[in-house]
Amino acid sequence: MFVINCPYCGERDQTEFSCHGEAHIARPDNPAEVSDQEWGEYLFFRNNPKGIHFERWTHDHGCRRWFNVMRDTVSDKIIKTYKMGDQKPGVTDV
Amino acid sequence: MSNQNRTMYGGRIDRGKVINFVFNGKKYKGFHGDTLASALLANDVHLVGRSFKYHRARGILTAGSEEPNAIVQLGLGARTEPNMRATEIELYEGLEAASQNCWPSVNYDIGSLNNVLSSIFPAGFYYKTFKWPPSLWLFYEHFIRKAAGLGHSPTAKNPDRYEQKFYYCDLTIVGGGISGLLSALAAGRSGCSVLLIDENPELGGYLLDYNFSINEKDGIKWIKNIVDELYSMDNVRILKRTTAMGYYDYNYLTALEKVTNHCDQLSKTLPRERYWRVRSKKIVLAQGAFERPLVFADNDRPGIMMASAGKKYLSRYGVLPGKSVVLFTNNDHAYQTAFEFNDKGAKLSVVDTRDNIDSRIQKKCEDLGIKLYSSSSIISTSGNKKVNQIEVQKVDRKQNELSGECITLDTDCILMSGGWNPAVQLFSQSRGKLRYDNVLNTFVPDKLIQDQIIIGCNNGCFDLSKNLNHSYQEGLNAAKDLNYEIADSINWTGEEEISFTESSVEPYMLGKKKVTKGSKHFIDFQNDVTAADIFLAQREGYISVEHTKRYTTTGMGTDQGKTSNVNALALMSHIHDKPVDEIGHTTFRPPFSPQTFGAIAGRSVDHLFDPERRTSIHKWHEENKAVFEDVGQWKRPYYFPKKKENIHDAVKRECLAVRNSLGMLDASTLGKIDLRGPDTTKFLNMIYTNAWSKLEIGSCRYGLMCNEHGMIFDDGVTTRLGEDHYHMTTTTGGAARVMSWLEEFLQTEWLDMEVFCTSVTEQWTVLSISGPNSRKFLQELTDIDLSKENFPFMKFREGKVCGIDSRVFRISFTGELSFEVNVPSRYGRFVWEQFMQHGKKYNITPYGTETMHVLRAEKGFIIVGQDTDGSVTPMDMNMDWIVSKKKQDFLGKRSFTRPDTLRSDRKKFVGLLVNDKKTVLPEGSHIVEKALKQPPMKMLGHVTSSYYSPILGHPIALAMVKNGTNRLGEKVEIPLMNGKVIEATIADTVFYDKEGNKNNE
Repeated sequence: MFVINCPYCGERDQTEFSCHGEAHIARPDNPAEVSDQEWGEYLFFRNNPKGIHFERWTHDHGCRRWFNVMRDTVSDKIIKTYKMGDQKPGVTDV
Repeated sequence: MSNQNRTMYGGRIDRGKVINFVFNGKKYKGFHGDTLASALLANDVHLVGRSFKYHRARGILTAGSEEPNAIVQLGLGARTEPNMRATEIELYEGLEAASQNCWPSVNYDIGSLNNVLSSIFPAGFYYKTFKWPPSLWLFYEHFIRKAAGLGHSPTAKNPDRYEQKFYYCDLTIVGGGISGLLSALAAGRSGCSVLLIDENPELGGYLLDYNFSINEKDGIKWIKNIVDELYSMDNVRILKRTTAMGYYDYNYLTALEKVTNHCDQLSKTLPRERYWRVRSKKIVLAQGAFERPLVFADNDRPGIMMASAGKKYLSRYGVLPGKSVVLFTNNDHAYQTAFEFNDKGAKLSVVDTRDNIDSRIQKKCEDLGIKLYSSSSIISTSGNKKVNQIEVQKVDRKQNELSGECITLDTDCILMSGGWNPAVQLFSQSRGKLRYDNVLNTFVPDKLIQDQIIIGCNNGCFDLSKNLNHSYQEGLNAAKDLNYEIADSINWTGEEEISFTESSVEPYMLGKKKVTKGSKHFIDFQNDVTAADIFLAQREGYISVEHTKRYTTTGMGTDQGKTSNVNALALMSHIHDKPVDEIGHTTFRPPFSPQTFGAIAGRSVDHLFDPERRTSIHKWHEENKAVFEDVGQWKRPYYFPKKKENIHDAVKRECLAVRNSLGMLDASTLGKIDLRGPDTTKFLNMIYTNAWSKLEIGSCRYGLMCNEHGMIFDDGVTTRLGEDHYHMTTTTGGAARVMSWLEEFLQTEWLDMEVFCTSVTEQWTVLSISGPNSRKFLQELTDIDLSKENFPFMKFREGKVCGIDSRVFRISFTGELSFEVNVPSRYGRFVWEQFMQHGKKYNITPYGTETMHVLRAEKGFIIVGQDTDGSVTPMDMNMDWIVSKKKQDFLGKRSFTRPDTLRSDRKKFVGLLVNDKKTVLPEGSHIVEKALKQPPMKMLGHVTSSYYSPILGHPIALAMVKNGTNRLGEKVEIPLMNGKVIEATIADTVFYDKEGNKNNE
């Protein structure tokens, strides 16, 4: 069970949080103009990497804020947590 | 004769306190400090159970948590617990235990016929025999399940209390042997917060049973001083009788503390067990090692036990398990046990597999008159319910052949030692990597993954002095890492009577050629897996360790192979002529030992299992005999039966009351969200399918929410209270989901929008009054002008109701003239009672959710989650009218033009009228064009809602039917579970007041 560093509250147990899948999937600005293919990719297609993964979490039993987590899916090490809207970190940033 | 195997003196038991207990219906006596196993051995009871598969007589193999054989049914009635290890059960007054897996008794067990027939029960027997024909499996299974299984679960409710505890500290140390104690001491002296966990009732570990000295002084006293010092430290917490069960990521550890299990009296204040969830900065593993059995013919007879166990029974409990004892060993360390037994009056022989035995040991054996058979092996044992004779022969290790004379020895106890296996279970769970050590012939920790330390025998080091100094130093290092000012280093010299020199363990393995007699050389005692089974699995292609494990069941069961795994792997390595490292090992998973579900559940049982939400009027409902139903976590009145009424009578009465005069529903459970902020209107336009920009202040609008797939997700009425202020309602079950949905988009997608969402579900009590008399009735209690002109449909007003500041919404879920009166929750019951009192003249009738369902179905109003299932669009529900064509974008819009959502044969929402005018179709029934005798039939859809309509006098149903809106008037058939086929006609979804005049009166 992870310890997650909520950017608003600090370190808390994983039981206080829930995960909501891959982060940085932007909703198309103008959905009416995208093709079925592009819309389908936005809706259904997600990365499932062995290694670095960016994902969205919420601190449900805490501040109820959403934030992003950069996690290594092999070691389960959380490399970084950061606020929504913050730049996606590159591997060299950490 | 009682306690005939007890020595005259010695041991760490309290001989002044006699304890009475019952085993298999017979009364015995033991002493305070005994385990069930030691007390049974003291009373010369060796036969304690029958094995799992062959029902062979089994005794006590070990003296700890690794015990595979001596597992018993403990306690009676609601407290009875199966699969308890006799070696761990502390004796208490009145204890009752019984053997498992035997019938009619452990002495005369009919199942032991399996042993005679064992040649037809090899590994994989069940897989091979009962696989065909597949249809008969259910028949076989019944008998197989009956024959298998160990012990039985209680059928009555467990009366005990279990607690859970969360704990945070710098350092958790698992294992209270000398290594663990010294690490705790070093860290404790340096100021760390330390949690020390040990599964035994006494700290000190295996050394409590051995003769050893520290700096040439008595070791036992030295241990006591350390324990006393640890207890005196405020920053050290010690948990005895506590087993670390699971080691997870980020140094998260679970442990089960047996708080009152060992007590004869139930405590009023203490729980039975306490489940610890511990998060620590560092974890020290100091769990020690398990002694490894030797594999030889019929090595499972009662009277055969581990050498270290024999030592523990003798030293700790003052029990001499046999008088004529054979030690069978491949290492030096076990000789301590032999000398101790000799000292206490047993007649000793030693069978040692090695040729080069330390000359000092040889000399000592000679001096004590102990007969030593070197480079020899026990090749057979006999004795039905207890070992009584063995055969010993020399083994030529080079040729792997028996040689020389076969000697027969009489014996009543065999002590065996095949070396030691570090208890790597928790380390492995923590993702730590193991390597096979060819000197120790076992797996030892290799690579640490988490912030952890592994010390002592657990780390594969068996040198006492090294362990003392290393453990203390590691405690200091941990403290230093955590920025504590560390205590001084100390150096000790420890000496055991016979040291465990690493080079003294010789691998002992059955050859491919038979170097032994008999057919059963047990590897896994608990699962009755023999060496022959491992050979068979390899021959039949189950070569991977994971396959061998599952095919033979070795390493499974309640002991999870604590004594068997390494022997099985070594044998596989031997068969394949490959290093053990290449064979690998199976995965270790939590829990380390069996644990009760009670402890895992803790206090989350009965009414605390799931929170129960009640409205402010709940008590009134209870007092007025409401029948409740669960809606999410809410308790809602289902219906209010009067004397002798059943559900149908009550619902009929309630429905007619609403249609004809006045009904009242407690609608407080509806989700309510207060939305504020300059961008709220813009936000609602994105969330709902319809448009909100033109909604006037003081007006209400029904809205439908879709997810991005275009599927209906929730619905409700939202009211504009002010320019930037809205009151949103959601379904009862969807309230939390909708709140999260709104927050998700505000926080992750539209960060520039300024909208604040606040859940106000519990702040408002909602009294929904409905019926032709509702206006007249309510006008008498409020200062709000309720007239048709001044308070039209879908409007909102504020004012006093029964003197209370209220919000009144003119909306309707019944099709009748309705008002939803919202009052602050603290006045909920007051206003409800005022309404009941005042409404008498209108025959005001409280109604429940069932009536609400019938009334809305008569009007064709949907219930999200009942008529929809997450796979229907607004268009599927014929709700095109609520989907804005003008809005550029809203959640789900783009998906309405996906090829799948545009299909013309999608299921559509329709009404259904049964042709016989009396059958109420079961909800969920499948609808077909033409019913056939048996499936498959061409499905058209299914019934989503179905009721008897009192006002119409016939049943009505709502359904999803393929292309349904184009089938109005068509006949369909509904085959029921009982074989009957019901004919029905597809109809409009609105059954009552099609013009919608009633709510506009």
